Amino acid sequence: MTLALKNVVKRVGADTHIYDTSVELVSNQFNILLGTTLAGKTTLMQLIAGLEKPTSGEVWFGGKNVTGVPVQKRNVSYVHQQFINYPHFSVFENIASPLRVARFSKADIEQRVGRVADLLKLTPMLGRNPSELSGGQQQRTALARALVKDADVVLLDEPLANLDYKLREELRDELPKLFQDRDCTVVYATTEPIEALLLGGYCATMNEGRITQFGETAAVYRRPFDLLTAQVFSDPPINIAEVTLNDGRFALNDQVGWATARANLTNGSYRMAVRPHFVTLEPSSEDSIKLEGQVLVAELSGSESVVHFEVDGLSWVSQSPGIHAIEVGKTTEFYLDKTQCMYFGENDQLMAA
Amino acid sequence: MNKTTYQKAWFFVLPVVALVAFNALIPLMTVVNYSVQETFGDNVFFWEGVKWFEDVLNSERFHASLLRQLMFTGIILAIEIPLGVAIALTMPKKGPWVSVCLVFMAMPLLIPWNVVGAMWNIFALPDIGLLGHAINGMGIEYNFTRQPFAAWFTTVLMDVWHWTSLVVLLAYAGLRSIPEDYYQAAKIDGAKPWAVFLHIQLPKMKRVLTIAILLRFMDSFMIYTEPFVLTGGGPGNSTTFLSIDLVKVALGQFDLGPAAAMSLIYFLIVLLVCWVFYTLMMKDEDQ
Repeated sequence: MTLALKNVVKRVGADTHIYDTSVELVSNQFNILLGTTLAGKTTLMQLIAGLEKPTSGEVWFGGKNVTGVPVQKRNVSYVHQQFINYPHFSVFENIASPLRVARFSKADIEQRVGRVADLLKLTPMLGRNPSELSGGQQQRTALARALVKDADVVLLDEPLANLDYKLREELRDELPKLFQDRDCTVVYATTEPIEALLLGGYCATMNEGRITQFGETAAVYRRPFDLLTAQVFSDPPINIAEVTLNDGRFALNDQVGWATARANLTNGSYRMAVRPHFVTLEPSSEDSIKLEGQVLVAELSGSESVVHFEVDGLSWVSQSPGIHAIEVGKTTEFYLDKTQCMYFGENDQLMAA
Repeated sequence: MNKTTYQKAWFFVLPVVALVAFNALIPLMTVVNYSVQETFGDNVFFWEGVKWFEDVLNSERFHASLLRQLMFTGIILAIEIPLGVAIALTMPKKGPWVSVCLVFMAMPLLIPWNVVGAMWNIFALPDIGLLGHAINGMGIEYNFTRQPFAAWFTTVLMDVWHWTSLVVLLAYAGLRSIPEDYYQAAKIDGAKPWAVFLHIQLPKMKRVLTIAILLRFMDSFMIYTEPFVLTGGGPGNSTTFLSIDLVKVALGQFDLGPAAAMSLIYFLIVLLVCWVFYTLMMKDEDQ
């Protein structure tokens, strides 16, 4: 079933939470809303669910305008960041609650709950109360409640954010499988670019109440239409520098520059963006450009070294595999992979990548 | 494991021990002392054993006032708890009206008990009181100093007016602590308002309501000042609750032995009911 927003605007008092947004989400796929807190992800999901009414514009479910339709008639399910379960119901009753409201037969309820519980490894917990479960199990229960319903639209609002690292990885791997052969459109909000890439599907990058781009997740990541999208879809933050193009040569400053074969670009100044993992401590190819900078901060994250450094007053982030001993304050060499640079022209639109 | 004992620590609890001794233990033991002896003044005591307890437990007068007390407490709990929850549910959740409502709600709680009694006494007077006059004006004969039913009606109404606010404030605090997400989840499931109340609001309010019921039980079971000022226990003995009866026995008749025994029985009833109720309510919480 297709899910479309047509010129949706949401204002609360004098604040605009969602600016004129039109998007058609892809059926039977993960549609990821990626953006920082307050980007409008939750508001957009609540508009889709019908928990909020758009100030103007329309919400369409499968060729039907559902803008004024209340949430309980839209056949959606919603999983919140904070695990929401009915406190004095057992896990079984919690999962069964949407079916009970919909007046399913007893045998039907038992069969459906059993199947979903099996899928989410909740079968041994069915008799317990939510307060006796771990965070991961509580969130699984909430997920089971969303799954059991066979909703047309499943909205997952940062469902993994409150779980610890290990559980998060585990559930993230399972999630796409859970929805694999279901006829439903999944909308998944996250603040983490890596999560978006791991889940795949389609992605809408959001910034301050606007969708900056929508498309296949990998494509949005590789070819962001504008600088803002590139910024939203990068963690650690993407490096941005002003460069000037003069007769086939980009110049970063007086010393650093590189030749380019891109014929479609006219001479002038551009904003160049390059992801931190293409600025490394060791050259990755013969195309690498050497940058000398003073180290500001060095941190280890897992098996990677993230180094913040400064070149001519402009700060950069480098992300290299392996663990390196970096001295703060020392001038160090970094290598920029020039083939991975993206160039943005007027209005920060992508000109070349 | 070697356990080191610091005898010095006793010095630190000494002030508390002294304080508790003076304001609870010694008065309580004095009552125990009176409850097993007969005295004719001049500090001359004769041992009586459990005679006073037997007397009190077998006295029809005690049974009658205990029954009145239980009825009164039962009635006001049955009115104030549901009414308090209902008012809390209708109060605004946000906006400028929240503080206005809260201040209005808190007002009856700020009035001294004897003032409440005096206020309602005048308010309910059949000839000049606003309430009494209005009821009589409707053609219903009403005189709380003469009719037992009218006296009960006025006392219950006064207590509801005075104390429902406490339940409202507690229930409102409980309601406010429920995250908005719960209501959204219920909406998505298609739950009706009644189901939301039964399955989300009520379970989430369980703790505060337990406290509210306990407080209202204790306070109403020991009520003295307001009915004393309003009806003086009358007409006849119709509103003579336990504490009013106790004061009559102790200070009116100066029967210190039976009064002491009665106090202890009274105290044990309150303690027992609170303990049983609290244990029952909190049974699942501890799991």
